[in-house]
Amino acid sequence: MANKIRVATTSLAGCFGCHMSFLDIDERMLQLVEHVEFDRSPITDIEHCTNCDIGLIEGGVCNSENVHVLREFRNNCKILVAVGACAINGGLPAMRNHIPLEECLNEAYIDGIGVENAQIPSDIELPLLLDKVRPIHEVVKIDYYLPGCPPSADVFWKFLTDLIDGREPSLPYELVHYD
Amino acid sequence: MRQLIQCIAENDHYEVRHLLKMLRQIQAHYHYIPEAAIDQLSGLLKIHRTQITSVIEFYSFFHLSPRGQYELLISDSITDHMLGKQSLLEYMTIKLNVAVGAVRQDGLVSLDNTSCTGMCDQGPAGLVNGHALTRLDKKGIDQITALINQQKPLEEWPPELFQVDDNIYKSGLLLNQQIDQGAGIRLVLQRGAKETLQEIDKSGLRGRGGAGFKTATKWKFCSEEHQMERYVVCNADEGEPGTFKDRVLLNSYSDQVFEGMTVCAAIIGAQKGFLYLRGEYLHLYDKLENILVQRRQNGLLGNNILNAGLSFDIEICLGAGAYICGEESALIESLEGKAGIPRNRPPYPVTQGYLGKPTVVNNVETFMAAAGITINGCDWFADIGTEKSKGTKILSISGDCPRPGIYEYPFGVTVKDILTDCGATDVLGIQVGGPSGTFISNEEFDRKLAFEDLATGGSFIIFNTSRNILDMVSNFTHFFAHESCGFCTPCRVGTSLLKKQVDKIVEGHGSAGDIVALEELCQLVKNYSHCGLGQTAANPILTTLQRYPDLYHSHLKEISFEPGFDLDGALETARRMANRDDAGAHLAQTESEHE
Repeated sequence: MANKIRVATTSLAGCFGCHMSFLDIDERMLQLVEHVEFDRSPITDIEHCTNCDIGLIEGGVCNSENVHVLREFRNNCKILVAVGACAINGGLPAMRNHIPLEECLNEAYIDGIGVENAQIPSDIELPLLLDKVRPIHEVVKIDYYLPGCPPSADVFWKFLTDLIDGREPSLPYELVHYD
Repeated sequence: MRQLIQCIAENDHYEVRHLLKMLRQIQAHYHYIPEAAIDQLSGLLKIHRTQITSVIEFYSFFHLSPRGQYELLISDSITDHMLGKQSLLEYMTIKLNVAVGAVRQDGLVSLDNTSCTGMCDQGPAGLVNGHALTRLDKKGIDQITALINQQKPLEEWPPELFQVDDNIYKSGLLLNQQIDQGAGIRLVLQRGAKETLQEIDKSGLRGRGGAGFKTATKWKFCSEEHQMERYVVCNADEGEPGTFKDRVLLNSYSDQVFEGMTVCAAIIGAQKGFLYLRGEYLHLYDKLENILVQRRQNGLLGNNILNAGLSFDIEICLGAGAYICGEESALIESLEGKAGIPRNRPPYPVTQGYLGKPTVVNNVETFMAAAGITINGCDWFADIGTEKSKGTKILSISGDCPRPGIYEYPFGVTVKDILTDCGATDVLGIQVGGPSGTFISNEEFDRKLAFEDLATGGSFIIFNTSRNILDMVSNFTHFFAHESCGFCTPCRVGTSLLKKQVDKIVEGHGSAGDIVALEELCQLVKNYSHCGLGQTAANPILTTLQRYPDLYHSHLKEISFEPGFDLDGALETARRMANRDDAGAHLAQTESEHE
């Protein structure tokens, strides 16, 4: 079917919890795919983005690969969305921001209990860590934010159906009220 | 140590409300608050140690780790910067061989920045172990360096280093008036409390701190509460950068201020009053205490004042470096020995203030004006000023003008007239009311100082055309991020985000969307913060963005987005540790650079 809305998704420094929550829209997924086609996403296993309408990004930016992936999404998606606490604030991975990166790496690869053949991994195939985990809007321009850890399935549903129907997305209070 | 702490706690009767005073003494003695002192104090005061550490961490002048025996703090007000503070600070780091924010290896000296110390007309200013230093220059720093290296006690330092001038250039109604000690109290006794309150009501006096609430109404509300205990508090926590008139009033007119407080006490039925003096004005403490002693000796304070059965006394409480304590409910929290976090209002202090009792909190200048009105009658005051803003306003003028200092004007005076008096030429704009106030451009000099036009607590900072407005915006925005009390998220996180976003634009990493993002953030911080600090923290940005949009836009790059931090630099540690320098070990700041 032509003219389907193209959606790409990825998880950077995240736990895939947001993706799992997205899948919690359950049978509504069938309704969704009538209007939507998935491009690069863990759901499709497509490796690179082509031109898309919407990019959903889970997780913050913790290494150089995250930067490249994020830029690929930005270059290919008309609307780029920060999904969940880690993408918006750095979240749990950003807890390491209080510890110098040098200490983190030493603890993990040199001084930690049970470390054998202690050495800092060094291979051009490996992405290097940034000194701090960053929210994605500090690295590229972001158009929308879906709060929550994770955002509930209803948040994904409301947001995507708004866009599909051509409305400015807005989340009612009940969906962003957490206590 | 045990004996000292025991002694300090005993002197203040083991009362928690004196915690700040106790910590000040411990800090002065050890140059920090040692763990053991916290433990002992928590036992003596029967409070949890975290209650003590939270107070230590809240106030800038308390430290959990040792500072130098000579703790040097340099005022970071924009006015100090305009007087060459930054190069002096760099000179100090070299002369004293200590980095900013650090303690020298021998423990003798530490150096750091501090928020405006209220010496804007005689900066660059600083503090050494809490005592005000003025007019710092290279010569003075050479001198200070020698004194520190010789380990000379502060008492032996040359007094000119600590000389603080009043710099009164224009006096009006208040500054010209001389009153006999006790004249105000005698008149209240003669005329009656109710009648005096009516006089003050008719005078139209409004609070001088900036908000402009009607003084008589506040006093009336407080007196009508059905409570036995009431309190009078004089807010001398003059922390708004660019304001220093209360320092001058307390230095040369404190009798009139105390007179006004006593008049208030007689009217509302209070037996106890506090002068909350900002820690930066430590140099005034002894002088003010002596005046209180004198007033007690003259029967104007204490039990049975003027043999009329009136009982009232005043206690001076020193702050410890927290701008937020200028907010009245935060000030009350601080008086109670706690961190200065603003309370929910209502209830307002007039119904539930100090220790939950009805409390009047007024500015230094308000009490002084109230004393004058009591003595001279309402017309003396009400005949001057505008319809909605009666009387005069005392201004602290600083920045680019040949005669910075204190000026008193009838309300309604135009900005143009003020500029003429202080000799300012080539003016670009003025920050009226301090960072939380308004910036006005040189097209607005016909505007008037009055609650109905430009309301101000007294700060008036002049910028000439050689200045960059964004330096000022950046300085003020950093100030608010530093002074946020951390209680509510919109302000705690918001002021830090404002700081980051302004820095990003000023440092040239901004692009089109960043101004929009900045504006949205400003509105969020302004509309959702708990107290006045957060609600006004975006004012420097909003008022200048409105007047100089082109200035902001000229700093933007013509690309859709650039990170506000050095992306490739963020990989430096990992690169070094992995011993890599291949292409994949680097990142371009923006994509256009390589793709």
